[in-house]
Amino acid sequence: MEGIYAFCVGLMTACGIFLTLRGRTFSVVVGLTLLSYAVNLFLFASGRLKLDGAAVLGMSEEYGDPLPQALVLTAIVIGFAMTAFAVILAMRARADLGNDHVDGRIPQTKEQVRQKSGGQR
Amino acid sequence: MQHLSILPILLPLFSGALLLLPPFSKTLKRQRLLAVLSMLLQVVIGFALVASVQFDGVTQYILGDWRPPYGIVLVADPMSSVMVCVTNFLAFGALCYATGYHDRTGGYFYPLFMFQVMGINGAFLTGDVFNLFVFFEVLLIASYALLIHGGGKHKTQATTHYVILNLAGSSVFLFGLGILYGTLGTLNIADMAQKVGDLEGSVAILAKIGALLLMVVFGMKAALLPLHFWLPKTYSSASAPVAAIFAVMTKVGIYSILRIHGVVFGDDAGELANVAQSWLWPLALLTVVIGTIGALASPTLKLLTANLVVLSAGTLMVCAALGNEAATSAALYYMVHSTLVAGGMFLLADMIARQRGKAEDRFVVAKTMDNPIFLGILFAIAAIAVIGMPPFSGFLGKVMILQAAHSTAEQLWVWPILLLSSLGALIALSRAGTTLFWRHSSSKQASDEKQTIHLGEWLGIVLLLGASPLLALFGGPISELTIDAAVFLHDPSLSVDALLTSPLADGGF
Repeated sequence: MEGIYAFCVGLMTACGIFLTLRGRTFSVVVGLTLLSYAVNLFLFASGRLKLDGAAVLGMSEEYGDPLPQALVLTAIVIGFAMTAFAVILAMRARADLGNDHVDGRIPQTKEQVRQKSGGQR
Repeated sequence: MQHLSILPILLPLFSGALLLLPPFSKTLKRQRLLAVLSMLLQVVIGFALVASVQFDGVTQYILGDWRPPYGIVLVADPMSSVMVCVTNFLAFGALCYATGYHDRTGGYFYPLFMFQVMGINGAFLTGDVFNLFVFFEVLLIASYALLIHGGGKHKTQATTHYVILNLAGSSVFLFGLGILYGTLGTLNIADMAQKVGDLEGSVAILAKIGALLLMVVFGMKAALLPLHFWLPKTYSSASAPVAAIFAVMTKVGIYSILRIHGVVFGDDAGELANVAQSWLWPLALLTVVIGTIGALASPTLKLLTANLVVLSAGTLMVCAALGNEAATSAALYYMVHSTLVAGGMFLLADMIARQRGKAEDRFVVAKTMDNPIFLGILFAIAAIAVIGMPPFSGFLGKVMILQAAHSTAEQLWVWPILLLSSLGALIALSRAGTTLFWRHSSSKQASDEKQTIHLGEWLGIVLLLGASPLLALFGGPISELTIDAAVFLHDPSLSVDALLTSPLADGGF
């Protein structure tokens, strides 16, 4: 169980980081969302993975750690609000700047750069 | 008064909420009145908090009477109370300035401002790491909205970068927290400090990863070298009162480093003792260097001020890297000084920009200002304070920092770099001052009505920049206060054990 769990969290984090590093706001927002999912799972696992462990005393043989669950709940709420804000901001940036790049300008392709330098010569 | 230590959080929260409700939400005049009154009260509370910590000792406010290490606690110790006081003072100055013009550029300025103050105060007062995260988020989401307040292309662009960077930063923060909770089993800062010494082997390595992840996050907030690139653009594109209140946000990062990496991962942390120090040293010195270079290269006064914020952040990091009592005390003094002066300079830059017409605050020849003498005197005070020349507070702060470098190796690194950075700031600011105040176009301008300075704006700038001479004048008592705070932080029997075995905890209920 631990192996699969760790693999999933790791994969999600990797995807999140990859997408966050992209140039367009949409993929960045998706990347941040994935990253926050990965974080939530990670936080959840910080109380150790345990089967049949209720977080309430007396409900099961062993009890699970309730604190990470509370932390995850807080993190989910905050992450949700932040994602909503990021989406709205991305739309605003699209309207204000005229394109959907994080930097606010469309980067030059290699060909354009080559043409430019060729023109100067 | 036992509830004093939670008031800096509750008061802005409730006044922010109240500002959104009918009798206030409709008219700007009422909002202004309520906001200024509430902020004034908060300044009073800030000073009262410092006084009560000084005379009655450290208070620990236990919410819901869940005893530490299990519940949520607020700790009002000398350090946090001073920072809360400074924040409220700065916020009052910025708020006064905003009443002049900036609150009209968009809606909900005052409520957002209140929530921002609440987040900053909370981050200073909290006694456990997860609440630190929560208050970071509160101050961040308010800052996102404040940054874009007023609108415009530059702001949108800067905000996009700022938001994305900070969202990624929050994720890293949570990863770090998760690791630390998984290894230490607690999130109360004092309890963490007690338990971290027992870690060994692979668990210690995990905890080290967690500690360094937190360091990345705090470094990003505090503008430590490779993570500071967002700062100049963000701060220079924010509107003046917002930039002024942002001046304290980098200090939140530095405060957290002093708190977490100084107290928890300090000298008594066993295998993890001073885990951040080896990273802090080179990065802090390089931050000072890059801040100086940035200041020399800045084409506008706002950008120059933003780079000076980077410079001061680097200087404070040097203190954190030195890590002894004298350095912490110097850091606190310098933190107070640089927060207020940087805030004042942002306000001043805005006022200069508005009086120079189209040239704004660029260092080019332009028409004369309407109030050159008043603004010139203030600029001189700000510049002298920032550079660290006598007689103002910057000088005292720098001297304290230089004295805190004890060993020869430390002196060899710290002294030349800090002194050269002062020289760099001197050159940059004197160049800025001569262009702004002495070179104007001789062409006759249409002498339409002179701009007079709005009372609130006048008050805001004078309050913040006037604090620098006052800090120097009352240098004695203030430095006693900062030494007190440093002793408290560096003595685990006070800052750790006393908070856990808490007879002194007169808690709330």
